[in-house]
Amino acid sequence: MSRLAARFEALAKAGRKALIPFVTAGDPRPDFTVPLMHEMVKAGVDVIELGVPFSDPMADGPVIQRASERALAHKMSLRRTLETAIEFRKTDQDTPIVLMGYLNPIEAMGYEAFANAAQRADIDGVLTVDLPPEEGLECSALLKARGIDPIFLLAPNSTDERVKKMDAAGSGYIYYVSLKGVTGAGHLNTADVEHKLQQIRANTNLPIAIGFGVKDAVTAKTIANIGDGVVIGSALINKIEDNLDDLDLAKQEIITLLASIRQALDS
Amino acid sequence: MTEKYNMPDERGHFGPYGGIFVAETLMPPIQELNEAYQRYLADPVFIAELDADLKYYVGRPSPLYHAERWSRELGGAQIYLKREDLNHTGSHKINNTVGQALLAKRMGKTRIIAETGAGQHGVATATIAARLGLECVVYMGAVDVARQSLNVYRMKLLGATVVAVESGSKTLKDALNEALRDWVTNVDNTFYIIGTVAGPHPYPAMVRDFQSIIGREAKEQCLEATGRLPDALVACVGGGSNAIGLFYPFIEDKSVKMYGVEAAGDGVSTGRHSAPLCAGRPGVLHGNRTYLMCDDDGEIIETHSISAGLDYPGVGPEHAWLKDTGRANYVNITDTEALEGFYALTRMEGIIPALESSHAMAYTMKLAPTMRKDETIIINLSGRGDKDMQTMAKREGIEL
Repeated sequence: MSRLAARFEALAKAGRKALIPFVTAGDPRPDFTVPLMHEMVKAGVDVIELGVPFSDPMADGPVIQRASERALAHKMSLRRTLETAIEFRKTDQDTPIVLMGYLNPIEAMGYEAFANAAQRADIDGVLTVDLPPEEGLECSALLKARGIDPIFLLAPNSTDERVKKMDAAGSGYIYYVSLKGVTGAGHLNTADVEHKLQQIRANTNLPIAIGFGVKDAVTAKTIANIGDGVVIGSALINKIEDNLDDLDLAKQEIITLLASIRQALDS
Repeated sequence: MTEKYNMPDERGHFGPYGGIFVAETLMPPIQELNEAYQRYLADPVFIAELDADLKYYVGRPSPLYHAERWSRELGGAQIYLKREDLNHTGSHKINNTVGQALLAKRMGKTRIIAETGAGQHGVATATIAARLGLECVVYMGAVDVARQSLNVYRMKLLGATVVAVESGSKTLKDALNEALRDWVTNVDNTFYIIGTVAGPHPYPAMVRDFQSIIGREAKEQCLEATGRLPDALVACVGGGSNAIGLFYPFIEDKSVKMYGVEAAGDGVSTGRHSAPLCAGRPGVLHGNRTYLMCDDDGEIIETHSISAGLDYPGVGPEHAWLKDTGRANYVNITDTEALEGFYALTRMEGIIPALESSHAMAYTMKLAPTMRKDETIIINLSGRGDKDMQTMAKREGIEL
């Protein structure tokens, strides 16, 4: 069983919801990420989504876009994101890591070379925003053969047919994009999410993590209770952006927010 | 002699290029668009409406003009200009926006968005939106807003909202990113009119089909004027819509050579250019696989060109395919050479070309003298130079 599957199974057994932070590797500096990841684990996160910086993050809002720009300014890359994961793994062999990014850096490395490198870095899942299953079979097969879960997105306008497609193509979990829009958007409607989740659940048994537009502990708890976990990204990166001149404070504020969400989820 | 050309396949692939590489939220609207496009392209009522718009609103057919004086001066092939600059709004872009806007109307969409580089596509979109009474938002890189201010004013006059995009390199690719973000947020009521033969399937094929009126007319006009097919076609390539529009109806005519002219900016060897087919490599951006300007890590490199309309790191996937199969040749022209083309056409023929089209003029100045006097070149004069007056005057030190 993959590390992700095991983690979701254990959570389900304990009646708990997954807390999944998203941070962009190398934002705002390459040396900031690994210590932050360890701190987040201490704050009670279950899975870490590690963003691979990309020059043209089309599905992301301005906050994650700027995170990419800050990381790229320090020559961060897919290669160095994998090195970040290796560094983290040296002292944490339990927390699943999911790489989240866009296809072109993977294309540039080559699918097989990437799959091999991801395996060496002990990556657990790969979510490629602009690689739907129709185009992604070759890459998914290479990942699966190495025990890495290909993770796919579902959206508010996804049909039953597409849910089934993701169920067949993906493993680990499904990332449900809670709204029509970009990451960090402000129009999340929990009733809509609840309604949509019923349709999705009818067509897949994979765990469902819900993200996009989750900003605080209250929303996180509501959302997490609808699904199996909640992804929080832009709200964390805001803390970095607000404290670029005091990164210790940035880290502290991220941890405080995550701890409050953890507490809300478990209460 | 002729070999059937039947690209793309059902899922939008031109060999390894093209396809649909988008986030999940865009899959349903793309499917909806594809269905509408397949349906209406086979609908005689739709086609009749499109043809009428092209004739009475756009002003088609555009003339094929024999540039006799310039041909004599260059001393080689006879040069014919396909006068897309004479279309309503001043470029070939309107051929496509007329078609897509009719589709949008049929699909019941009330809001139109577009990206634009030089502003020609933005103007063509704002124009058709005004005519149909649709809300229109145009995304344009902040750098381009500054260097094409005349077109920005035209769009606003036509009732469009122009959003200056401040992210990334602040040019065409960033405008495309922002338009995609808008589309993902407003999928229910919004139709995204992409201006070039890029983006996810069906855009590359659909925009090609709407633009191929250029080549169909040119073929007929050339046969009428010279009694035979042309020997060479020349067109500038940014995303590549005017080039594919001219090339496509000639693809099976193997005797016709095709030259797509990319923007070499300061020169391909300097790295400051916009020539992915000449100096890039395959990758995935904006929904399709094609040649891109990106580094070893797959990050997109900033592009450079004197012409905002060619300042794009990718190119339509069909051009990537035509390059790999050798059916078309892709060459490049520097900013300096393009300016020579600009002045040559202006002074020899009394026609002021857009800076984008000037790249095709400049390449023709190299090509024509190598050909015989009884041979024929058709250049796509894709747009007129009015929008570039400020840029040109500034270069000459003149305050307008």
